[in-house]
Amino acid sequence: MLVLCATGLVQESAQEPVHEPVHEPVHEPVHEPVRVGSKSFTESVVLGEVVRQLLVAEGFEARHQTELGGTRIVFEALRAGELDAYVEYTGTLREEIYAGRDLAEDGALEAALAGDGLRIVATLGFDNTYALAVRADTALELELETVSDLVPHTGLVYGVGHEFLERSDGWPGLAARYGLAPDSVRGLDHDLAYRAIAVGEIGVMDVYTTDADVAHHDLFVLRDDRTYFPAYAAVLVAREDLDERCPGATEVLGRLADALDEARMMALNARAKIDGLPEDAVAAEFLGEAFGLVGDVRASSLVSRVARATGEHMFLVGISLLAALLVGLPLGVIAARRRRLGRVVLAAVAVLQTIPSLAMFVFLIPALGIGWRPAVAVLFLYSLLPIVRGTHAGLRGVPRPLVESAAALGLGGWARLRLVELPLALRSILAGVQTSAVINVGTATIAAFIGADGYGKAILSGIRRDDTAQIMEGAVPAALLALLVQGAFDLFERAVLSPGLAAQNERSNDG
Amino acid sequence: MLELRGVTKSYGEAVVLAPLDLVCARDETTVLIGPSGCGKSTLLKLINGLLVPDAGEVRFDGTRLTPQNAQGLRRRMGYVIQEGGLFPHLTARDNVELLARHIGIASAQRAARIAELCELAHFEVDLLGRYPRELSGGQRQRVALMRALMLDPEVLLLDEPLGALDPMIRAGLQEDLRSVFRACAKTVVLVTHDVGEAAFFADRVVLLRDGRVVQEGAPRELVERPAEPFVEAFVRAQRTGWEAMS
Repeated sequence: MLVLCATGLVQESAQEPVHEPVHEPVHEPVHEPVRVGSKSFTESVVLGEVVRQLLVAEGFEARHQTELGGTRIVFEALRAGELDAYVEYTGTLREEIYAGRDLAEDGALEAALAGDGLRIVATLGFDNTYALAVRADTALELELETVSDLVPHTGLVYGVGHEFLERSDGWPGLAARYGLAPDSVRGLDHDLAYRAIAVGEIGVMDVYTTDADVAHHDLFVLRDDRTYFPAYAAVLVAREDLDERCPGATEVLGRLADALDEARMMALNARAKIDGLPEDAVAAEFLGEAFGLVGDVRASSLVSRVARATGEHMFLVGISLLAALLVGLPLGVIAARRRRLGRVVLAAVAVLQTIPSLAMFVFLIPALGIGWRPAVAVLFLYSLLPIVRGTHAGLRGVPRPLVESAAALGLGGWARLRLVELPLALRSILAGVQTSAVINVGTATIAAFIGADGYGKAILSGIRRDDTAQIMEGAVPAALLALLVQGAFDLFERAVLSPGLAAQNERSNDG
Repeated sequence: MLELRGVTKSYGEAVVLAPLDLVCARDETTVLIGPSGCGKSTLLKLINGLLVPDAGEVRFDGTRLTPQNAQGLRRRMGYVIQEGGLFPHLTARDNVELLARHIGIASAQRAARIAELCELAHFEVDLLGRYPRELSGGQRQRVALMRALMLDPEVLLLDEPLGALDPMIRAGLQEDLRSVFRACAKTVVLVTHDVGEAAFFADRVVLLRDGRVVQEGAPRELVERPAEPFVEAFVRAQRTGWEAMS
């Protein structure tokens, strides 16, 4: 994140010195960055990059928090003031964010957003909604242009996504509105549907109107002539107070109004998804063509990316594990000493384990925002169980005669714990901490969902771009780090565990 | 030295000790004997303060034992449990001096005391660096005894100290134990279920059954003047093997 900022600064002064005086008369030079967010799919990342690079080109400092874990997380971050702007779809705002308000029209959105201190600063000009598509040659042959044209052709096989097939606002409603009664409708995975339509196994499929694969597979999108599908117009949502911190930013963002239509967006998606161009390069291309601006593309080597991700990852794991130790050990001791309280403590840490991480993130954003703080908090909570359990089990497993011996010697409770019980429970405690650490290394990859990066970021990008090499860039170091942690703990155990205990297992095996 | 008055103890429904009185005189060896479950180990734990009686009182050198003063008084009572109760993560030396070090006794002083104890308990100094698992059963019991004697306590409590040993080692350790008791002139309370052992150590034997004192006195008295048929039966049960052979 810091690296990114610094790069932005350097580029700003190197490339756009002329813009500095523009802001100077009214305010001190603006150094507070505009924080842009995006969700974990290509179109969102490309548009986030477009917004960031536009701002940089206009002399602002801007950061782009890519691939946040989902609508809820990005929107909550925006509302909490952790982000300043991101591209959303009106349909998503209506149906998902303000689902309870029953907003029938896009027009009603302005008021709802204003209630959260937000506003739409630009309507980008394209819709990314559901549509039906056929192969271009089929469209020509059967003279298909609109969905209504499909009605007489009942012999065409429909292959639609499982979700689309079930949703009342999906296939059932669509068929009813148009009077579609095909002989065969099959539920299909989206990626499989593209392959199936290419070889002619199905004739019609559901698509998103800006889907890169539509162009790639040479499909023809049928017009929704009875306007069945809801509007999913892409809009740039920003905080109303953006100009207070970054004067003039809103105006710059407004330049994106009507800058893209479906075809153009689809082309940009295809550049990223089909041609494999990085999103920042795609965004730079677009800014060059549409506004004649020079984009801000950062190149980085594999080594520097992995090194940075390793640093971020180890930071997340280290802090969360340390905190879990500081809390988990005393909890384990208390749990072992007081049976009833112990049961409550063990149940509580076990319940924590069952809360899905994304739910926990959404829950934590108002208090901790996005970035490393909520990530560390979630990892901390997940790390507690093995540590508390290991400590509890270890202490409960200390043979009663030894506990009595220690008491009979005249050692006080605290001294007994420190000199006898904890050393005897050490193996079990260490096993718990080790389990925590290894799981933590793996779990920390979810931190990318909330903008804390680490190895998870490469994994998420790789999955999104269907780029195995990029997935490996995150997955392999994560696996190696897990092995390293495991090995380090084995060595540590050998170093600190009393030789009097080390051979205990062998002995009992002999017996 | 030790006085128990009207002491009772039960675990839930099970009464382990009925109201019981017991006095152990200074510098005498008292042996508590009886069949399993007669409450003799419980009695030892009450004396040591590991257990708190439901009723009655325990006095140590005139002071009533309470949960508040138990920890301090325990340091004046050495305690050896059946399997020795040595801490497996500590060497023999660390086991012996654990408490002494904890309460801040200087290392030179500790070393001198350990040397003394090794001689007394017939334990080879070379073995002090070993962990319990590297010692034989007899050696472990000697270390446990040294640990109990480290702070030169006034009272020594032993719960079946020879119980887990095989007969040969047992005989040797038995001799050594008795010479230690005599050399140190301590008030000793020893628990056993073995009549022969009781006779070997005891100045006075206390025979328990179901949490009550059945008979107490010099070992010879139990054989010659059993108070009730149970005493005779208990004593004879352990001697029949020998008699059958002779």
